[in-house]
Amino acid sequence: MTAMLNIKDLRAYYGQVQALHGLEFGLNEGSLTTLLGANGAGKTTTLRAICNMVRSTGSIEFDGASLSGRSTESIVRLGIAHVPQGRGTFTTMTVEENLQLGAITRKDKAGVTSDIERMYDHFPVLKERHTQQAGTLSGGEQQMLAVARALMLRPRLMLLDEPSFGLAPLIVRDLFKILGKINREDKVTILVVEQNAQLALELADKAYVIETGRIVMSGSAAEIAGNEDIRKSYLGY
Amino acid sequence: MELFINQVLAGIATGAIYACMALAVVMIYQAIDHLNFAQGEMAMFSTFIAWQLMQWGVPYWWAFLLTLVFSFAGGIAIERLLFKPLAKAPVLTNVAGFIALFAIVNSVAGLTWDFTIKQFPTPFGSSPFLGSQLISTHQAGMIGVTLGLLILLYLFFQFTRIGLAMRAAAALPESARLVGINTSWMIALGWGMAAAIGAIAGILIAPVVFLEPNMMGGVLIYGFAAAVLGGLSSPLGAVVGGFLVGVFENLVGTYIPGVGNELKLPIALALIITVLVLKPAGLFGRPIVKRV
Amino acid sequence: MSAADEVANEARPVEATPKRAMTLGIGASLVMLALLIIGPMFVKNFIVFQLTMLLIYALAVLALNILTGGSGQFSLGQSAFYAVGAYTSAILIEHFGVNYALTLPVAGIICFAFGYLFGQPALRLSGIYLALATFALAVAMPQLLKLGVFEHWTGGVQGLVVTKPDAPFGLPISQDRWLYYFTLVVAIGIYIASVNLLKSRSGRAFMAIRDNEIAASAMGVDVALYKTLAFGISAGITGVAGGLGAIAVQFVAPDSYTITLAIALFLGMVVGGVGWLPGSIVGSAFIIFVPNIAEEVSKGLSGAVFGVLLFLVIFLVPHGARQVAMVAQGMLGKLRKG
Repeated sequence: MTAMLNIKDLRAYYGQVQALHGLEFGLNEGSLTTLLGANGAGKTTTLRAICNMVRSTGSIEFDGASLSGRSTESIVRLGIAHVPQGRGTFTTMTVEENLQLGAITRKDKAGVTSDIERMYDHFPVLKERHTQQAGTLSGGEQQMLAVARALMLRPRLMLLDEPSFGLAPLIVRDLFKILGKINREDKVTILVVEQNAQLALELADKAYVIETGRIVMSGSAAEIAGNEDIRKSYLGY
Repeated sequence: MELFINQVLAGIATGAIYACMALAVVMIYQAIDHLNFAQGEMAMFSTFIAWQLMQWGVPYWWAFLLTLVFSFAGGIAIERLLFKPLAKAPVLTNVAGFIALFAIVNSVAGLTWDFTIKQFPTPFGSSPFLGSQLISTHQAGMIGVTLGLLILLYLFFQFTRIGLAMRAAAALPESARLVGINTSWMIALGWGMAAAIGAIAGILIAPVVFLEPNMMGGVLIYGFAAAVLGGLSSPLGAVVGGFLVGVFENLVGTYIPGVGNELKLPIALALIITVLVLKPAGLFGRPIVKRV
Repeated sequence: MSAADEVANEARPVEATPKRAMTLGIGASLVMLALLIIGPMFVKNFIVFQLTMLLIYALAVLALNILTGGSGQFSLGQSAFYAVGAYTSAILIEHFGVNYALTLPVAGIICFAFGYLFGQPALRLSGIYLALATFALAVAMPQLLKLGVFEHWTGGVQGLVVTKPDAPFGLPISQDRWLYYFTLVVAIGIYIASVNLLKSRSGRAFMAIRDNEIAASAMGVDVALYKTLAFGISAGITGVAGGLGAIAVQFVAPDSYTITLAIALFLGMVVGGVGWLPGSIVGSAFIIFVPNIAEEVSKGLSGAVFGVLLFLVIFLVPHGARQVAMVAQGMLGKLRKG
């Protein structure tokens, strides 16, 4: 089976500093994969490289087509939604406007309206606050809004950068439950970058471990979680 | 009391000029976070285009419309050619770019149409408005157009997809790209709209100050004052700021002895500095937070 | 999160220049000095006068460079400080009969105080807002100089005529040449002092503020003090330049010190290379000679030529003369090795 997203020999640079050193991995359609690793291992850079938000070389193929040389916005238009670290909420706009922005590239007005309703079903708290400025939401609510905004694109692939960051454990569990549901029911392929390895491995079906810009381990989530050596040396729990 | 009301009215009439200019200033500022020092010159150039078209026999409203289209396209062209490459350059480089643009536009206009002042027609006539000697029908028309423009802009930004996308691109460019917005073109669009609004301002102002290459110098400074007073991030603020500056200027000239025409401008500028120091975000602007 | 999120990635006011890159090597300095000393001996008086203006504007550009390149603050209002310096010298010479050389330190001190005071409200402004506030100052200055209250001293719109000094001790050189060498000595003195200032503790404090104000204050730099100090020093040097200018031109009038002068000085800094002190003289040459040459090609064209050249500088050599000098140095180095 060919992968939906295929990454080969990915190298990324911040100025003169190389952050990724020939990364290789693939994502199968419909999978929920997690990319694990310590601070500074290159997880965020990998996501940013996929969306061409950092200078990189190597090949990134989505559905067999190369993404290199495409602008961030045109990559997003292919159906790749990216929930960035820090959520990227448009804080001065209302919750509803944030959702509309998620669907700004879509032409089907009726579909967008019904999708907004669907998001309110997934995340009832957003419905309660739909006219409120997004900046007034709590951290957890903003993270839900960010996920909902990404889903408004009707993406085929969703990239999440540390969705658990700064959230209370209970809220993280809720969020991850919803992510699993989205993956199963809406058939959205998900790649989630996490420092909270334990939780991410419970959720994912496949996992990669990244260290100093290279993939050092891969396998099913259960395998990785079951291997005490890996857990101790790379994942820290 | 009657003197006071009259002066306020006259202030509102001149304020409309500043409001219009301030609106253009805010448009650009929203798109690129810079004050375009060449905004006034661009408006002046557009006004000359309108004048030239009318010289060639094009009727007023057609000339008006064509000038808007030309200005919109010109604004986009200037952004694409000259300022897009400077997007990541330091503020200082951009300021130098605006000054260069100022010099070029001013010089080219002078070479093409020379520096003698020209009459510019008004579609509103210049008889007293509702019997008042202080406001002419032209000035009343100007206030009307400015307010109409403000409402149109509000509707555009609040209720259209492109308006929403432009707001998003101005607020958080990176997030905007991540929802698929082509932020680079949003900036170009901002330039185009600012140039078109500037053209409207120029065409409305020209019958009052007469058409010549240096006509906008003073007006732009008042426009800046108005925009800063209202808060650079708010079109409504810009318009209110414009009227306030106009009224303020008139009242100061009337009631404070020793303030002649010469000192009106320094007072407007003192106003800018005072507002900047006391309330940097302006009357309607959002506060700016510093990140470490 | 919410508040911090709102901050767009603000563009840097100016690019950082490392401390060592702000000055010139000893060899290059000596060559430059020799040129400045010998050059004027062989040219006509009018050209000597222009060279004097070159030095004077170079001083004013240098002053702006200390403010912007050193501490990262903008100013489009240097013409105001220049005007205050010029009027101080003119009034002292004409009304009080003070020796012209003695008026310069007074002009410097008065402008330092003026700049320091103006720096207080400016403290709360940065980037484009500061540019706007100083711009306002520059526009207001000529109007203030015309005020009737000061007319007895300033001569109002008419301005004041300043007597040109003779060479002292009966030296057999023309007034123009004498003034040139006098200006050269002052300029070199100020240049050396500025280089040392930027190398000193205060200079490091300026640069820390320029590169990251919040981090600088966290390191214990008194940001408010050093920012106002930078304004004061810059204004003081500009004031001395203004005083020299008044003596050289033999005339002061409100309309000689409009916003155009402030903009010219700003452009001089950009062309010379922000933060590169030796570039000040290149920038000064640009603002003095380019409009003259363009005006000769075609009347009214100077604005366009000026603007186009400026765009060329911005696009091709964004670091101005500094960049050209560095490329030249690199090529020279290669030649020597090869």
